[in-house]
Formats: sequence, structure tokens, C-alpha cells
Amino acid sequence: MMTSSLADLSRALAERRLSSVELTQAVLERIARINPTLNAFVTIDAEHALADARAADARRAGGEAGPLNGIPIAHKDVLMTAGLRTTCGSRMLENFVAPYDAHVVAGLKRAGTVLIGKTNMDEFAMGSSNETSYFGTVKNPWNVACVPGGSSGGSAAAVAARLVPGATGTDTGGSIRQPAAFSGITGLKPTYGICSRYGLIAFASSLDQAGAFGQTAEDCALLLNAMAGHDPRDSTSLDRPAEDYTRLLRARGSPHDGAQPLAQLRIGLPNEYFGAGSDPDVAAALDTALAEFRRLGAKIVNVALPNVNLSVPVYYVIAPAEASSNLSRFDGVRYGHRAAKYDDLADMYKKSRAEGFGAEVKRRILVGTYVLSHGYYDAYYLKAQQVRRLIADDFRRAYEKCDVIMGPTAPSTAFRFGAMTGDPVQMYLNDIFTTAANLTGAPAMSIPCGFDRSGLPIGLQIQGDYFAEAQILDVAHRYQQATDWHQRSPALNV
Amino acid sequence: MTISLDDVHRIAHLARIEIDATEAEEVRAKLDAIFGLINELNAIDTAGVVPMAHAQDVALPLREDRVTETDRHRLYQGVAPAVEDGLYLVPKVIE
Repeated sequence: MMTSSLADLSRALAERRLSSVELTQAVLERIARINPTLNAFVTIDAEHALADARAADARRAGGEAGPLNGIPIAHKDVLMTAGLRTTCGSRMLENFVAPYDAHVVAGLKRAGTVLIGKTNMDEFAMGSSNETSYFGTVKNPWNVACVPGGSSGGSAAAVAARLVPGATGTDTGGSIRQPAAFSGITGLKPTYGICSRYGLIAFASSLDQAGAFGQTAEDCALLLNAMAGHDPRDSTSLDRPAEDYTRLLRARGSPHDGAQPLAQLRIGLPNEYFGAGSDPDVAAALDTALAEFRRLGAKIVNVALPNVNLSVPVYYVIAPAEASSNLSRFDGVRYGHRAAKYDDLADMYKKSRAEGFGAEVKRRILVGTYVLSHGYYDAYYLKAQQVRRLIADDFRRAYEKCDVIMGPTAPSTAFRFGAMTGDPVQMYLNDIFTTAANLTGAPAMSIPCGFDRSGLPIGLQIQGDYFAEAQILDVAHRYQQATDWHQRSPALNV
Repeated sequence: MTISLDDVHRIAHLARIEIDATEAEEVRAKLDAIFGLINELNAIDTAGVVPMAHAQDVALPLREDRVTETDRHRLYQGVAPAVEDGLYLVPKVIE
């Protein structure tokens, strides 16, 4: 049961082969056994989860159950959950109980999901390895000496270890896709503005976007259906007609039937994603995956993204600049940590923030403060926004020649704890393939496409044009129907 | 070198984060490495390029000018470090 995908569990619940209470009890039992090894969860709420499950079973008995009714899920601890501790992986919010639900949390609650708990993460979503969490590192379920990726590492590890069938994440520079790749699961970052940021504790407001983790593209589509939608409480939430993101997955008839379901698809391959610097096992797995897409009927076309290699330096101006502004709200007055001893108000701010934030968060606040400080705005922030435009223009031109863009999600597989903690720049370059989709705001996902020589999973990134979620989910789904990488799960000898 | 120790102390003050003398050099070295990465942008010709402020070029929505929020100050102040009579308590700033 626990190795079933979210979509399969949904069918089992619908056919009354399983109750939500039975499923939730099995989930809680498995978490109790395995989470002490992985540290994927910061908070587990068994009592409320079982109450949610009983309510879900009652709704189903009453004939009011959608596809997510009774499905246990976990939320990344950056999303506010009313009445439940929301830490953002930080000492700053160690004891913060959220006064309201994030928009995406409320949407998934309305859809009938069972909230199991909150997942560990890099502090304030700043990191690519989950090593910056105040609550300790999360272990990669495939090899506990390795990182699960970050910043949504707890959600990714929880789904990979089959602790929960689905989870939320947020993605500011790759924080859903890179941990999905490192943990061997499917993760989707939607178009900026599809999921409201209301109640998502802000890191970089022009880049932050909530998304979903599951075993499959179908799982992510089901979760996105409940997370998307216009919300006037977020001024950047887009007011568009509602979409069913599973619609292409369920479509029957040409071109989706037969041996070549992707016969109309043009896959763009940017040379920039296939140069030196990627691990040879990652490159080999990508080649095999592209051969499979060709077999499914897709055509491969070369595209150029000449400025995409500037994504990381652009990102490390824009994201810290926005973070330095957003995190100024943590002043020890209205919420969060306040130092025990201080001389005056200014000293209280400085000591509260020095004690409440970890080293990486402080570094990014300082970088952001510097680039926004008097006399530097044009040289850094404005310049970065101009290069951001050049990168977006590259993608616009590429999509004149192709429908989706593929490449590796990350240049390597999961690395060992401590391998990059002394060198922030090397850690940042792990996001080389993922940050562009945040700068442009377009959707992107990572799906499992193989393993390296030491048995660690490899991720394939599928990027689409604005609002192409349904299309990239469909492309991933057709691949997953022809392969079984997404069904592999770690052995976990605990 | 882009970042000096004076820069570290100046921006730490602007950001209201206490950094003591023993940490300052390590912070400086790491920030300097990060600016080494960021400074790659200097080589790019961006003359005439319109800055891209946001992922979606949409106008900010306006709403009617009427009260829609209910008073939830008790709920919100429930998570504050120090509150009295509906007011946030901070150290005395005026003698």
C-alpha cells in the first residue's frame, strides 16, 4: 500500500478498497519508524491527521469525495498552517504557530486531504542541500550519507521514502526540482502566479512559487488542481479560467494513443545544458531518456540559450535583494525570536536577528543589503534585471522552434554532507539549470530518469512555455507510462 | 577584492544584524567570493535593455476603497514576544 502512487491510492479510496483512517494510520506508523533516520519532518500532527481522516471517510460515505479526499499529505514548513507550528526551518520561528492557512494549504484542505505534518527545509528556503535547517539535516533515503537536495528536502525525502504519497514544496531557484532529482521523485514548479503566495513565508517575492511533489506526473497534476486558482490576497496571483491539469493525461484518441503518443512534440535541447561540467552518469542517463522520447515519437531540435549561464549570478543579485527586504520583518517585535539580553531597541533588533538567523540567511541578507545600498542599485540590481530580460528573450526565441526544453535538472547526483558547506559559490552553482525558470516565471518539472553508478537517482528537467503545465505534465506522464524509474523506491534498512 | 571589512560592518548595521569582530573576516571572505560570481554580469552589454522587474508583466489590481478586514489583532498579537493592552512592547526609545 505505502509504495502506491497518490493517484493509485485515490482510486483505492474511491473503490472503498481502503479507508482514509487505515491509510493515515499506516502512514503515521511508517513515519514513526523511518522518520527518526531521515529527519524529513519538523512537526507531526497525528491527532489532527486521524481526525481529518475520519472526516474524509464520513464525506465519502456521504457521497462528497473528490480525488484527493482522504489522501495524507505533508506541507513544506514555509507554508502557514493555522494552529500548527510553522518554523521555516529557522530558530527565528522555532515556536511560531501560524494564525491562518496559506492559500495552497486551504485549497488542499478543501479538497479533503489529510495533513500529516510539516516538512524540514533549508532555513527560509535558502539552500540546495537542506544543511542550513535549524532542525538538522534531512538524509537522502537512497543513501543517508548524502543530502536530499534543497530547499524542499524534507518534502522530497518524505515522498521518496514513501512516508507520504504527496507533499507541497516551494521553488525560488530550483527548490522543488533539484530535491526531486536528488531524491528520485517527480516535482513541479508551476508558472509564476498560478498558485497564490498568500501565507507562503516570503523569500524572493518575484521568484517564489509553490508546487507539488509526487511519485508521478499524475500525482502532481492532481495536487496542482487543488492548489491553483486566483486569490485577491496576492497581488501577483493571476486571474485566469480554472484548468484541469489532468485533462491531457486522461485524453484518449490521437495523438495520445498508439505507439507514438508524442508524435507532435518538438523537444528543444540547448547546447548550453550539455557542455562540460555535468557528471558523465547524468549525461548518459539523459541520452537514454532522450532516446526513449524519440521512440515515443518526439522530434529533437537544437535551440540556443546564449545567456542562460548567467542565470545564477542574476539570481544571486535578485533573490538576496528581495530577501533582505522581506526578512526585515523579523525584528523580534511582532513575532519570532527576541534576544533575552539587549541594551536598547537597535541592539534588540541586531541581537534578535543575529541569534535568530543562521549563517546562510545572514549572508544572503547582507548581499541583498549591499546591492540595494546607496550608489550600487544601478550596478547590481538594475543590471541583473536587464540580464534577466535577456534570459527571458532567449527562451521566447527558443519556443518558436520547440514545445518543451529538456536537460538535466542538476549537474550531479546527490552529494555528501559537508561537501559544499564551506564554499557557498560552489553550492549556488548546483542551481545552474533550475534558476532560469524562476527568473522567466515559466513552468518546469523534474522526473526520475535513471541512477548513477552508486545508485543515486538522476533527474530530467522538462521546461515549458508560460501556462504549459498541462503539456509538460502530459509529456512526463507519457514517459512514465513507458518507463519505470518513477516506481523505484529506496531500500531503507530501518 | 570587492568587499572590505568596513563594508561588512556598514551593511551589517544597515541590515540590523550584529556581527562580532571574530566572525567579520569569514563573512567578508564568503561575501567576496559571492561577488566574484555576481561580477560576471559586468562583462555583459545591456545597453538599451528594458529591465525585467517581474515574471509576469501585469498591472497591479486595484480594489474598492472600503474596509474588508476584520479586527484580528488579538490573534496576531498572540504570537508576539511581548504585548500589553494590545500594544507591542519594545525598549524605551524616548527619555
